Amino acid sequence: MKKIIEVKNLKTYYGDMEVLKNVTLDIYRGKNTVILGGSGCGKSTLLKHLIGLLKPAEGKILFEGKDITKMSLEEIVSLRKRLGVLFQGAALFNSMTIGENVALPLKEHTKLDDSTITIISRMKLDQVGLAGFEDYYPSQLSGGMKKRAGLARAMAMDPEILFFDEPSAGLDPITASGLDDLILKLNKIFKVTIVVVTHELPSMNKIADNVIMLDKGKVIFCGNLEEFKGCNNEKVRQFIERRADEDNQSHEEYFKTLIKEN
Amino acid sequence: MDSSSGVKELSKIINETYESFSDFFVRRRKISFKAVISEIVKTGYEAIPIVAIISLFVGIIMSLQSAYQLKRVGALIYVANLVGISITRELGPILTAILVSGRSGSSFAAEIGSMKISEEIDALTTMGINPVRFLIVPKFLALLLMVPALTLISDFMGILGGWLLAVTVLDINAESYYQQTISAVLLKDISTGLLKSGVFAVIITLTGCYQGFRVSGGAEEVGRRTTASVVASIFLVIVTDCFFTALFYYFT
Repeated sequence: MKKIIEVKNLKTYYGDMEVLKNVTLDIYRGKNTVILGGSGCGKSTLLKHLIGLLKPAEGKILFEGKDITKMSLEEIVSLRKRLGVLFQGAALFNSMTIGENVALPLKEHTKLDDSTITIISRMKLDQVGLAGFEDYYPSQLSGGMKKRAGLARAMAMDPEILFFDEPSAGLDPITASGLDDLILKLNKIFKVTIVVVTHELPSMNKIADNVIMLDKGKVIFCGNLEEFKGCNNEKVRQFIERRADEDNQSHEEYFKTLIKEN
Repeated sequence: MDSSSGVKELSKIINETYESFSDFFVRRRKISFKAVISEIVKTGYEAIPIVAIISLFVGIIMSLQSAYQLKRVGALIYVANLVGISITRELGPILTAILVSGRSGSSFAAEIGSMKISEEIDALTTMGINPVRFLIVPKFLALLLMVPALTLISDFMGILGGWLLAVTVLDINAESYYQQTISAVLLKDISTGLLKSGVFAVIITLTGCYQGFRVSGGAEEVGRRTTASVVASIFLVIVTDCFFTALFYYFT
């Protein structure tokens, strides 16, 4: 298995708070990797580092062996043409139609003529099941359709690797499952490497080849899906079994926090 | 911490805008003219009625106020000089700049700010599209053309307002008011006004876009930054105007 992305000893801070603490992980080419974790564990921050939106305080992020934290602007732009990102809220441009949204990366990065671009963007919309919607505006679409349109835009440049930030957030189980199927289809047919950031177990069970779990900015598990299900780590068990944090505070301590007496 | 990151952001915006323009002129990189036209319609064409009406009223007010003084010394015809010169040199450019700050500067901040919170700016970056080039350059070009154009409209309407009042209320002969204005207002007066308005266009675009890019929280901050963009750009416009007026006073 070939590694496409390697993260080594990544550390990052928001102000004084350490968000990612020495994160090391590998993402393999052609596999579906799910980055799992509770709210506030730093998984979205990690994703932003992987796509080069944030720069880490320390550590390396190697894309095919090249450190993206040390790349020049031109190198980063040419790298970005090879990856696609589906944001949590789809991040479609509201002033443009769905078709124009999908066509935008093609218009900016290729010298194709307009009619070819229109045909390609229709094909991409067809692949995500939105054929015939190219003249609609994002505000006229439902949440699930927006995500599909966002995915069509992310795929416009035929990326080698696709990132998904919480793909099933805000969707009903049926629509979410449809989106999961679409992700699997992309991986099987187009051999795209998939990286999904989520906290939803059903989604993970369906998609994942490999699982990386974060907790409080640390990687607590890294391996394939079978290993994940058999893992004995307390936090992993808690996550899989869906148990809340136990409340160990005594009544006396609770009253003390209320009156702020320490 | 906050102010230093603010300076960094502002210098980044100025730098990238400059680079985008040099890209356009030197390397012939395409700029989306469709976007420029759409901005011209929004910032220029749609502002014509309000600029025209306000300038007309200010012309009337100027005419009345100056007549109040000049009548006492029996120099009523000099209303034409006073209105013509103050409108072209000062009031036309500054009224237009204040109106455009309120209309377009605020909308730049709000547009970019809400794009920022809905991750659209991040989406542009990850697509390998420079958000500064994509968003600011069309606005910049549009305002560089439209603020001087609106200033010309404002000059004309202001003088028209002064003439209307002079002819109807002050009983000045229409023809002689016209002749007086023509001989009083020099091309120099109009051109310095237009030069200033070009500088105001730069200030308004940069302030609006800068405040938009600084949004980092939620909807509330979009509102706060929008307000800040209007306040800051009106302030900067007036300070710059003061500087230019002093400069023209000594050097023209």
